[in-house]
Amino acid sequence: MKIIADTGKCVGAGQCVLTEPELFDQSEDDGTVIVLNDKPEGELVEKAREAVNVCPSQALSLQE
Amino acid sequence: MTTAEKPVLPVARTCPFAPPEEYTRMREDQALTQVSIPDGKHAWVVTRHEDARRVLNDRRFSSNRFHPGYPFLVEGGNPFRGSQARPMISMDAAEHSAARKSVLGEFTVKRVDALRPRIQEIVDGLIDDMLSIGGEVDLVDMLSLPVPSLVICELLGVPYEDHDFFQGNTRKFASRDNVEEERHAAVGRLRSYLSDLVTAKEADPGDDLLGRQIVKLRAEGTYEHEALVSLAFSLLVAGHETTANMISLGTVALLENPDQLAKIQADPGRTLPAIEELLRYFTIVDAVTARVATEDVEISGTTIRAGDGVVVLGYPANWDPDVFASPERLDLERGARHHVAFGFGPHQCLGQNLARAELQIVFDTLFRRIPTLKLAKPVDDLAFKDEAAIYGLYQLPVTW
Repeated sequence: MKIIADTGKCVGAGQCVLTEPELFDQSEDDGTVIVLNDKPEGELVEKAREAVNVCPSQALSLQE
Repeated sequence: MTTAEKPVLPVARTCPFAPPEEYTRMREDQALTQVSIPDGKHAWVVTRHEDARRVLNDRRFSSNRFHPGYPFLVEGGNPFRGSQARPMISMDAAEHSAARKSVLGEFTVKRVDALRPRIQEIVDGLIDDMLSIGGEVDLVDMLSLPVPSLVICELLGVPYEDHDFFQGNTRKFASRDNVEEERHAAVGRLRSYLSDLVTAKEADPGDDLLGRQIVKLRAEGTYEHEALVSLAFSLLVAGHETTANMISLGTVALLENPDQLAKIQADPGRTLPAIEELLRYFTIVDAVTARVATEDVEISGTTIRAGDGVVVLGYPANWDPDVFASPERLDLERGARHHVAFGFGPHQCLGQNLARAELQIVFDTLFRRIPTLKLAKPVDDLAFKDEAAIYGLYQLPVTW
């Protein structure tokens, strides 16, 4: 699984960081998503799915 | 169907703990419903969760309140008309994205976390005051409103001693009962106040959000006085009635569900997920998620024509049984993070993480420090804001 983030679509709501700070961070400047680990494993896989589901601008997707 | 037969929006709440039956009926009957709105026009209403998220994240639906087709749920329409700069909530596409990103750095999860010690201090101070008074107090007055008000004032750099002025005008602006002139006048007074404040900061930008924006935007060569006044207005207003009402409603819900409250008290780690359920359950704002179609768009088999107004009702969407099983059940452990109480799409609430932090700190601290807290009146006797654009409570008498 690979996490794909589209910073052009990202609206900086921070829902992904709130879901899993091990996978996501936000740019200090404009709040857009920074993927810290784009190949989650184990328990982080479910967290990645949750982050995709709650992302308000569908800026996150998963390549299975 | 004739005009007379169309349902009319907005619909007042009748039960404090459930959406109006009309909303539920609309969601059950068909995906989209055509309704009459106060300005005599018609609008489409979206009530299902999937459709709500789709519409709110589809950039063919504009948030521009100056578009002639934009559906207002109050008479008189756009309260910002006459303003020299459009509020962020009314912008679209690249203009909106640039304005939002300019200030987003102030609202990241990390920045909000850095505010937590100060929020805790504020909450503790207010609870100290409550305890020193004792007897019966109004929680709205003593805690619900001062917490978000103090926090947003300090963040923006607005003097809290002026709170009677801006809280009163915010209430007038958010009320559906007030006549158009009163709402518009309240906006004018707030803008005038904030314009003077921004002028003072232009001469001496302090280390607060407004001061930092002045310095940053001047360096970029994009600074505009009126645009910053608009931003200050949006943040000040949005930071008040919303969180304040969620504190009051959440407190009532927790007190009415002692078994679930006990779980939070036993494990503060459960508070944050519980807040998501409280947000879903009450969905206090249902009017800001209106849009106008800029081209023909098909949603669940119905074509919305360019120029048609669309009102996305988050409340029935958050009670959509296809997404939230037994939605009428307040289940603090259900995992409700995909609710649309903060909206969805590019306009999703900018201050949502600040709101979460405030709610989490308030509920954890309030029930830890005053474990015997109880309502001083039966729920049925409480004054709920049935007609208001932002749902909540006028007063919440409590004792312990």
